[in-house]
Formats: sequence, structure tokens, C-alpha cells
Amino acid sequence: MDPVFANVALACGLIISLGAIGACIGISLMGGKYLEASARQPELMNELQVKMFILAGLIDAAFIIGTGIAVWFAISTFLK
Amino acid sequence: MSTGHEAAANAPSAGEYILHHLGNLNSAGHPQSTIIDFSILNYDSAFFAIFLGFLGLFLMWLVARKTTSGVPGRAQAALEILIEMIASQTKGIVNNEHSRKFVAPLALNVFVWIFMMNAMDFLPVDLLPTLWQKVSGNPHAYLRVVPTADLNATLGLSIGVLLVCFYYNIKIKGLGGWIHELFAAPFGNHPLLYLPNFLMQCIEFMAKTVSHGMRLWGNMYAGELLFLLIALMGMAAPTLSLGGGAALWAGHVFTGTLWALFHIFIVILQAFIFMMLTLVYIGQAHEGH
Repeated sequence: MDPVFANVALACGLIISLGAIGACIGISLMGGKYLEASARQPELMNELQVKMFILAGLIDAAFIIGTGIAVWFAISTFLK
Repeated sequence: MSTGHEAAANAPSAGEYILHHLGNLNSAGHPQSTIIDFSILNYDSAFFAIFLGFLGLFLMWLVARKTTSGVPGRAQAALEILIEMIASQTKGIVNNEHSRKFVAPLALNVFVWIFMMNAMDFLPVDLLPTLWQKVSGNPHAYLRVVPTADLNATLGLSIGVLLVCFYYNIKIKGLGGWIHELFAAPFGNHPLLYLPNFLMQCIEFMAKTVSHGMRLWGNMYAGELLFLLIALMGMAAPTLSLGGGAALWAGHVFTGTLWALFHIFIVILQAFIFMMLTLVYIGQAHEGH
């Protein structure tokens, strides 16, 4: 196999995995804070839930964009 | 992934199958080979986007036509909930009564339109492309049915939002006021700071628009790819022995169901986020620094 393809494969793995680490840490921090906040003030739960989902989508974005680009690289090189 | 290669002689390999599905039906006749090419028009994205936009308007019109002040039907109640939710979000973000008359319906249309476009992902990945290949008579015809999984469509949407932001910047602050803000914010009004200010503003507008479009595209593109990979699992099943094939087929059904269910959530969430960011950006155009 072409060595360039091997490098692209490694790069795709790094793009996806590093992005996933960041997104997971971000989501878990936010989810934890959300649970803490709603345990303290249950009456705010619904309001906070909407905001949490919006932020979850925002946090996910960079990771998902990275995944999309990595898979794009993958299918245009070594999976071709 | 190697299982695709062992399929019947004329069946596509896994990579070919995915690449074929990611090719647009465009004016060039073959998938775009360079990253940026303004001479190509993607007919499929344009058609499905416009068709779904009108379909969404038509569905809302059907409900609006039969509105009653008495006991509302289910469709009317759902639409009222949606409109009230968007109206209250707009009220909290855009602090200008007059602008809201345009911005709130805009937000509603953005939400419904993007939801309809994203929801095209729920159709089986091979359904419309295969039908199109049969109808057009070309067994290798390209077709992509999810307009929001095409970067051109989502960046088009986000550039549209940018133009609305420019319009409101000029309308609210006046052309002079906006130019003053471009050069005097965020760091301060001093001749030495004019250039850094302007550069910062340019970067801000660019980052907003690009991330706005890429966020939607990335989610839908990755979702579409996963559906394609799941479809490949099912396609590879007949090439294996009975036990392996059955396991692969079961995995195909299980992961397909799971991902489709999760994707319902993503489709609605991304449409909602796109709408919220549209509102936030337009709201920022109403506020001075």
C-alpha cells in the first residue's frame, strides 16, 4: 500500500480521536454541572435542559466537522 | 471493510459505493474533483432544497388555512407550540419590536426548512438514487438527496444569514455608524487601533459564517456516511457464510435502527441550533459594541 495512504489513515484516526476526547470532556463537564445545578434548583431544570442541548450541539460541532473531514479524506484515498 | 471487495464481480467495492453516493448530480456530469469550483451547479441539492422549502411552506399553509379559535386540532396545536416557542426565543434575543416582525417568521422558516432537509436522511440511502438511476436510464447516475449534507447548501444558508446581519447592521446603526463600529470596536476608538479593530471584525464575521454553515454540514455529512457504512454491512452479508452473514445482517438492522433513532434527535437539534444562531447573530447586529 502507498505509504501516503498509511499516513492519511493515521491522520484520520488522530483527527477523530483527539476531537472525540475534547468533545467528550466538554460534554461530561457540562452534563455534570447541569445535574448539579438541577439538583440545587429543580425548578430551573426544564429551562436549563434546553440550554444544555444547545450547548451540546455547539460542543459537538467541531468534533463532527473533524469527523466529516476525516472520513472524506479516508474515502478519497485509502478506502477508494 | 474488505468484505465489499469479495462481492460479486460487478458489485462496487466499499469505497466506490460510498464515493458514488457522495457524488452530486451536477452540471459537470461527474463528481467535483477540486475543493472549490464555482462553475459547477449541484442540481440535486438545489432541487431538493427548493422542493422541501415549498413543501414546508405548503404544509404550514394547510394547517394555517384550517385554524380555528375553538378547540384546535393536533396539527394546529403542534404548529402553535412551535410558533410560540420561536416567538418567545426571538423576543429574548432580538430587542427591536419592528425587526421581530420579519425576524421571527424568518426563524420559523429556517427551522422548518432545515428540519425538512435534514429529515431526508431518514429515507433509505439507496431508495431515491436507485429510483433516479431507473428513471434516468443511466445505471451510474449520481444523486444526493440530503441538501444539508452538501457544504455548498449549508454555506449558502449561512451566507444568507450574514447578508441579513449586514442589512440590520446598516439599518439600525446607519451606514456611517456601522463603519464606525467596524473600525472602533472591539479594542477602542483610536487611530492606531483602526486596523486591528477592522481585522478583528472581519475575522469575527468570517468565523461566524463558516462555523454556522460547517456545523450543520458536518453533522449531516457524518450522519449520512454512517448510514452508508451501515448499508454496506447489509450489502456484505450475502458474501459471507450463513452464520457470519446472519450476524452481519442482524448488526445492520440493529445499528441502523439505533442510528436512525439517534439521528431523529440530531436532525431536530441541528435545525434548532441553526435557528438559534441565526437569531443570535441578527440580535448582535441590533446591539452596539
